[in-house]
Parts: sequence; structure tokens; C-alpha cells
Amino acid sequence: MTSTEQQPFLSVRDLKVHFSTEDGIVKAVDGLSFDLAKGKTLGIVGESGSGKSVTNLTILGLHDRDHTSIEGEIVLDDKDLLTATERELERLRGNKMAMIFQDALASLSPYHTIGKQIGETYRKHTGASKKEARARAIEMLRRVGIPQPEMRVDDYPHQFSGGMRQRAMIAMALVCDPELLIADEPTTALDVTVQAQIMDLLKDLQQEFGTAIVFITHDLGVIADIADDVLVMYGGRCVERGTKEEVLRDPQHPYTLGLMSSMPSLDGPVDVPLEPIPGSPPSLLNPPTGCRFHPRCAFVEKVEGGLCSSEQPVLTVLEGRGSACHLPKEQRKELFADSVASRHN
Amino acid sequence: MFRFLVRRVFGALVILLIISAITFWLFYAVPRDPAMMSCGKNCTPENLEQIRKNLGIDESIVMQYWHWLSGIFAGRDYAGYGNCEAPCLGYSFANNQPVYGTIMDRLPLTLSLAFGAAIFFLIIGIGAGMLAASKQGKFLDKFASSVSLLGSSLQIYFVGYIAMFFLVGELGILSQPSYTPLTDDPAAWVSGLLLPWLVLSIIFTANYTRMTRSQMVEQLSEDYVRTARAKGLSKRNVFFRFAWRGAMGPIVTIFGVDLGVLIGGAIITETTFSLQGIGRLAIESVFKSDLPMLLGVTVLAAGAIVIFNIVVDAVYALIDPRIRLA
Repeated sequence: MTSTEQQPFLSVRDLKVHFSTEDGIVKAVDGLSFDLAKGKTLGIVGESGSGKSVTNLTILGLHDRDHTSIEGEIVLDDKDLLTATERELERLRGNKMAMIFQDALASLSPYHTIGKQIGETYRKHTGASKKEARARAIEMLRRVGIPQPEMRVDDYPHQFSGGMRQRAMIAMALVCDPELLIADEPTTALDVTVQAQIMDLLKDLQQEFGTAIVFITHDLGVIADIADDVLVMYGGRCVERGTKEEVLRDPQHPYTLGLMSSMPSLDGPVDVPLEPIPGSPPSLLNPPTGCRFHPRCAFVEKVEGGLCSSEQPVLTVLEGRGSACHLPKEQRKELFADSVASRHN
Repeated sequence: MFRFLVRRVFGALVILLIISAITFWLFYAVPRDPAMMSCGKNCTPENLEQIRKNLGIDESIVMQYWHWLSGIFAGRDYAGYGNCEAPCLGYSFANNQPVYGTIMDRLPLTLSLAFGAAIFFLIIGIGAGMLAASKQGKFLDKFASSVSLLGSSLQIYFVGYIAMFFLVGELGILSQPSYTPLTDDPAAWVSGLLLPWLVLSIIFTANYTRMTRSQMVEQLSEDYVRTARAKGLSKRNVFFRFAWRGAMGPIVTIFGVDLGVLIGGAIITETTFSLQGIGRLAIESVFKSDLPMLLGVTVLAAGAIVIFNIVVDAVYALIDPRIRLA
């Protein structure tokens, strides 16, 4: 996104993922586009149910095909993933594209040793022997910082600590040197020190292999740490995007502003109250008309003609920077500044 | 594992001890005198006394129980029957036959019935359950679910007689249920037991179909199954090596219980098909107030259940490494 001369490695165009349920159609992702270059990290931020995880399961082709309708385009290195056969996807998964999940305990098989689970991926994609796979598993465990990997390789996931499990998961995802790594809230279940270690590990490995990373989180602090570019999702749509600096320093969408106001700042005054975003995430079964954020937005009245509740704002992107809001650009800066200032008083 | 087995076997012995003591006590709580029954019409107090002595019931309940118990390990001497070698479970009040020998005569039939039927209902039940789980919500799934609901609502005495009437009587496809020892004539063993196996399977299969289906559906929605798919493993591989591994535990558990119950005696099945197994033996000994036989059968049935429970726990630990046996 940042450097236009680079051919995007992963390109998602106008992706729509709709589930048919008994109650109707759930529009989990509703027109999402983004690009990701090799060696870069895209942070996707949003609340639960904003479509972050669905997007990434769809990239891997792991959605429930019987009840899902998908439109749009997902291209990974010139390969259209949405038209790929299951066979082709199986060859890509774990090999060219890999995923790290949030809950490592639940996501690792309780019935197989760590070494077997790591080695299995390796064998599947390289045809290595059991012995080679085991050696590779030990090597990977060492690389992600598991002490005594020769011994721990035969442990089961429940014998690992939370942080070690997540490391093992990363080892498993990276065993075939994937070019795309999707990390779905990999640090959410970990305590802060372990979280920092895992983030450092991911950054190191990215440097080493030039992996493109899609990092899903609801934690802006994590985004600030790892992302190059940021995409903010709300109700299955992108509401704001840009580089990390642009989005975090100068948010253009009221939702992004809300997310930042609900987070404590370490360098600001201590007595500034945190301000939660009122209301709850929208129903994707029956989303609000107009802008999906308008029922919770503090600036609805600043837009004339009730536009917010009647018309969907268009995401206008200029050189990778954009937001979807009816609020006139020139007014935003002032209004947002006022809103921040009012918190400080 | 070794410590686990030692502890569990010890526990099992205690349980068997308690069960046999309760059976003993319950038997005497019923106001019926076995000596009186075998004494006949012209019964004198002397005769009665002699019969009591012969049967070994002239002592207090506690002493009787002690003699019964020590007889199992050390054998015992009866005034009426002479020496009874260990393991001695006494002699039947009804026909004076040694209990241990009678049970050993009847056991092969019951074991054949139980294990034969188990092979059928495990294969059909688990197979159908897996098929249903892999075709969730589709026709095959609904079909398997309906059939298994139907199957589980049927009763052996109903299905058994209907099957006998049509398959044996009207159509003559299967032969009349009978028992030939496997070692004598394997073909006759199979043909004689095929009908009871099938009928027993109909009843049991349903449980396994439903259990397998629900366990597989649950496991398939687990995160680790998704991870396995994300690694590039095929659907089939994930289905059998991951989901089935997780689904197996509860199935092994109910199988252990079912097998224990079947070996303790498929009373209704054996009665329906006129087979002389442990189940029939149990029922007859109740009607005849045959304490030694009843005790023998009860301890065997309890033993089967207790042993299969231990086996289930051990197998469970093999399946799921999170379970530590100590």
C-alpha cells in the first residue's frame, strides 16, 4: 500500500462474504479491499464481529462452503484463491500461506505431540521423512525460543505454558517458510510480557524471511508496535485505512477516534477518563441503514440532511489513505480535536 | 500406568466383595428356606438338619459368607458333596451341580453373543455415525438419524420374534438360533448366532450412530480441527486422524458399559431365542432360590462391568494424553 511500485503480493478486491442462516443472511464482510506487499505488515483492527476473522478464514478457504456465498477477488501472488480448487488450496495452506490462531491451547491438537504437529505440516508439503520432519521441528522450536527443544518436541500441548504454546504455534505456521502469515489475535490470550516477546519474535522472523503478515487485533497498542499499514473494520466494512502513523496520529473516522479514546495513554495526563464507545456492535443480520456506525456516532448531528442514516458513505482512498465518513474533511479535524479536548477537562 | 492398574484392580476386588456380601444378605432377607424346598413332603427335623449340613447352610450368615469367600481361593469341603476345588463357588441348590462348572459351560455362548453382536453394532453404528457427520444436514444424515431413532425405540422381544417369524419361518433365510462352540464348527457357530447378533445390533447400533454423529460434529467444529485444515491437511485426513481421535473417548466409554452388561447376561435376548447363556442361568436361579448359582452369576456380571471399566479408563488414557493415570 505504501510503495506503489511494488506489485501487491496479496490483493483483496471488493470481498463480500455472506452466510445464510436460519434467521437470514449475515453480511459478515461487505465489500472489503486491501493490498499487502511482501515483507510488510497489515494490521486489521475492529471489534468482535466486525468481520476480521471471517476475512482471513476466507483467504485460506476455511469457511463453511455450504452456507457461504462469496463475491469479489482474492489474489495471492497471481493466483486467484476464490476460484482455486480444494486441492490447490491444500497445497498452499501451511506452505505458502499460514495462520496463527488466538487460542493456542484449543488450536493445537491435544492428541498429538508438538513435534508431530509441526513435522506433519513439513512432511505434507515437502515430502520429508519422519526423521527429517522431527529434526526440522526441533530446529523450528529452537528458532522460536523454546528451551531444550530436543526434549520438548515430544511434549503434548497441555504440557506447555501459554506463551510456549503460542511459540509452538508460530513454529508450526512458519515451518514451510510461508510468504503470507495471517495472525488472528495471536497475543490476546497472553500476558503482557509474553505478548511483547511474541511480537518481537514475529518481527524478527519477518525480517529474516520477508514474510507478509496480516495481523488481526482489537488492540491498538499492538498495532502501533507491529503494523506498517492499518485497516479499521466496522460491521464488515473498512471505515478507515492508511499507514500506521497516519491512522494513529490523525484518525479520520469517528470510530477510529472512539477506539483511541477508549484506550489509556501512557504519556498523557493520568486523570483523563477513558471514554467507551456507546452502544454495541451492529447486527450483521440486519445492519443499520446508511453508515453502519451512525447509531453510535457522536457526530451524526453535524452532518446535514440526516445523510448518516440514509446513505452509505463511500470509502475514498488516495494513495492508500482513506476513510468512509459523511463528515466534511475540513470539519473533522476541529470536531475531533474538540472531542479530545473535552475529555481532558 | 502400572500403579493405576494395581490400584484399580484392588478397588475392583473390594467392589466385588461388597456386591457379593449384599447379595448374600439380600438372599437371606427373603423368608424362604432352601433346605425346606429340597426336603420334600415327608420332612422330619432330622432330615432338615442333615440337608442344611449337606448344603453348608447350617451356620450363621457371616460364617457362611466366610466359607463361600474362602472357597473361591482355597476350595472347600462339603458334607454332602465332598471336596470342591478352588475356585469353588459352591453347588447349586436346585440341581446339585457345581456352580463354577455350570457358569463355565454357559459362558462361551454369552461371550459369543456379546462379542459377535459388538462387532456388528460397532462397525454399522460407528460407520453410519461417521457418514452422517460427514454429510451434516444432508439427506444421508437425516436418514441415518431417523433410522437410529427408530432402532433405539425398538425392543428385542419385539424385533426378535418378528425376525424369527419372517427370516427363519416364512423365508427360511436364517437358521433357528442355536449354539455350536466356535472350536467345533465355525460355520455352524456363525449361522446359529447370526439372527441374535443382528437383532441385538439393531438395538445397540442406534446408540452408536447417534453418539458417533454428535461426537464427530462436535469435534469437527473444534479449533484444532480448523488448525489442521489450515496446515494444508486434507479433509479426510483431518476427519479420521483428528476428529475421530477426539470422538473416540465417549464411544469407548459406552462400549465398555454395554459389553459389561451383555456379558453379565443378555437376559431378554437369550430368553427370546431360547439360548442357554448366563442371562438365562441368572433368571432361573432367581426363580429357584438357588443362592450359590445366583451369587456366582452376580459376581461374574459385576466383575465384567468392573473389569471393562478399568479397561475403558486405560484405553481412554491411550487416546487422550491429557488424562494421567496414577
